[in-house]
Amino acid sequence: MSATPGPSAGATLRITPVGLLGTRRAGRLVERNIRVYRRLWMYFVSGFFEPFFYLLSIGVGLGKLVHTVHVAGAVVPYATFVAPGLLASSAMNGSTLDSTFNIYFKLKIAKTYDAVLSTPMAPADIALGELTWSLMRATTYSLAFLVVMAGFGYVRSPWAVLCLPAAMSISFAFSAVGMAGTTYMRSWQDFDKVSLVLIPLFLFSGTFAPLSVYAGWIQAVVRCTPLYQGVALLRGLDLGILSWTLVGHAIYLLVAGFVGLVVATRRMTTLLLP
Amino acid sequence: MEPTDRALQWSADTVTRPDAPHRTRRPTPMWVRSARYWMYQYKRTWRGSITTSFLFPVLYLTAIGLGVGSLIHHPVDGVRFLDFLAPGLLASTAMQIGGNDAMYPVMAAIKWLKTYFAMLATPLSVIDVLIGHLAWIALRLFVVCSIYLLIMAAFGTVHSPLALVAVPVGVLTGMAFAAPIAAFAATQVNDMGFSTIYRFVLIPLFLFSGIFFPLNQLPGWFQAVALALPLYHGVALCRGLVLGHVGVSAVVHLAYLVVLSALGLVVAARTYRRRLVT
Repeated sequence: MSATPGPSAGATLRITPVGLLGTRRAGRLVERNIRVYRRLWMYFVSGFFEPFFYLLSIGVGLGKLVHTVHVAGAVVPYATFVAPGLLASSAMNGSTLDSTFNIYFKLKIAKTYDAVLSTPMAPADIALGELTWSLMRATTYSLAFLVVMAGFGYVRSPWAVLCLPAAMSISFAFSAVGMAGTTYMRSWQDFDKVSLVLIPLFLFSGTFAPLSVYAGWIQAVVRCTPLYQGVALLRGLDLGILSWTLVGHAIYLLVAGFVGLVVATRRMTTLLLP
Repeated sequence: MEPTDRALQWSADTVTRPDAPHRTRRPTPMWVRSARYWMYQYKRTWRGSITTSFLFPVLYLTAIGLGVGSLIHHPVDGVRFLDFLAPGLLASTAMQIGGNDAMYPVMAAIKWLKTYFAMLATPLSVIDVLIGHLAWIALRLFVVCSIYLLIMAAFGTVHSPLALVAVPVGVLTGMAFAAPIAAFAATQVNDMGFSTIYRFVLIPLFLFSGIFFPLNQLPGWFQAVALALPLYHGVALCRGLVLGHVGVSAVVHLAYLVVLSALGLVVAARTYRRRLVT
């Protein structure tokens, strides 16, 4: 079905977000990235350590000062409170940096995608392929972090198994939206804006302290932001505090991801096939 | 103005004419000329970085200092958590800026934009190029640390006039990273090594140098390691100055940072020469 895209397939590809149309060819891009990364394995492996260092410092070290935190009526040790927050923010940071800097480099500097387009691949395949690859890396990191969390005894409920797909939904949302944003970047200077978005989200999404410590209006703003959804979702699952709002958080992230993917695909088409 | 006049005016800047020794200005040191390049380049991009130098301290102090601080109901090392945290963040910001500015810009000046080679095609020497770049990083650190101190004062975390000294100490802390990292960057073929520096040097130091919690909470061997690392000394100095208790240990901290900066400079002079002079 996807072996030879006719001219009419272009329109379908543009509006089909993750449809099966492009998957097989997108797989080629994933394969390409895996081949490249075989030489950069050190770069890949070193990514495991960062969230682990954060967990030791903030969870264990700062946890000795904070002792306990109240979450939805339950009293939990600070390390247990902060661990899912760190998992969520590392999923966000990893996938956003991956989908902004790397994609910009391939799009504008190395012109990798221009070379890719001289094969039967379409811009939709590129968007989907990069997203899949970014998600694969992020999932590996999230899985490793979850194992460490469980090893430290910060997992409180069997529902924590669902933390992996939940972390994937965070990576999906930030990868796709990051990729869409990257297509609007004009120079490396624009990357200042990436940290301008990531750092406030990292600090204020209920990652380090429950929302209740902030003023009412800050709470209201935070509740609308994407990382908060991820943190609340992971924390709810990890601590076994379930409610229907968790489904709402997951839907938010998935919708953001799909919208990002559609925009990224359209913009890639505009930029690469003018 | 005639072209010849203009040429004379330019040459007057550097060449002392024997017939008119009193009318000539003292020549600008060569390293200042190479520092000016970075300043000139920064003129185009300063807005973004100035915004973040104001914004990030406010965000960190609010989210961690006030937010997490409101969960800590006892003094940390005898002071409020916010007061404990703020000077440490000043030192770590200096480290990050010093480290960052000595990585990609150095690589760019050697490999991507080849600015260093353009500079060396003029009368500038390798040492002028190196000192000029480091001087520019020091100036930038000075601005960022001053802004940080202002914001700390606005948060009510400055408790002593000695805090003013924390600005040059911040610059020194940044240079203790900038000089050795520039030395390292000049040996690198590509930027892969930089992510290793971030992940295994800068981020662990940020997390384990007694910024977020007192080091005496860590196990003994861990403490010994942390005390041997450079950021701890910058943090301890800044904290002492901002809170107003400076002891004899300050001399040790200061000496550590000065030695590390000087050592970095000496090594950088060698690696720069090896890389830039063929």
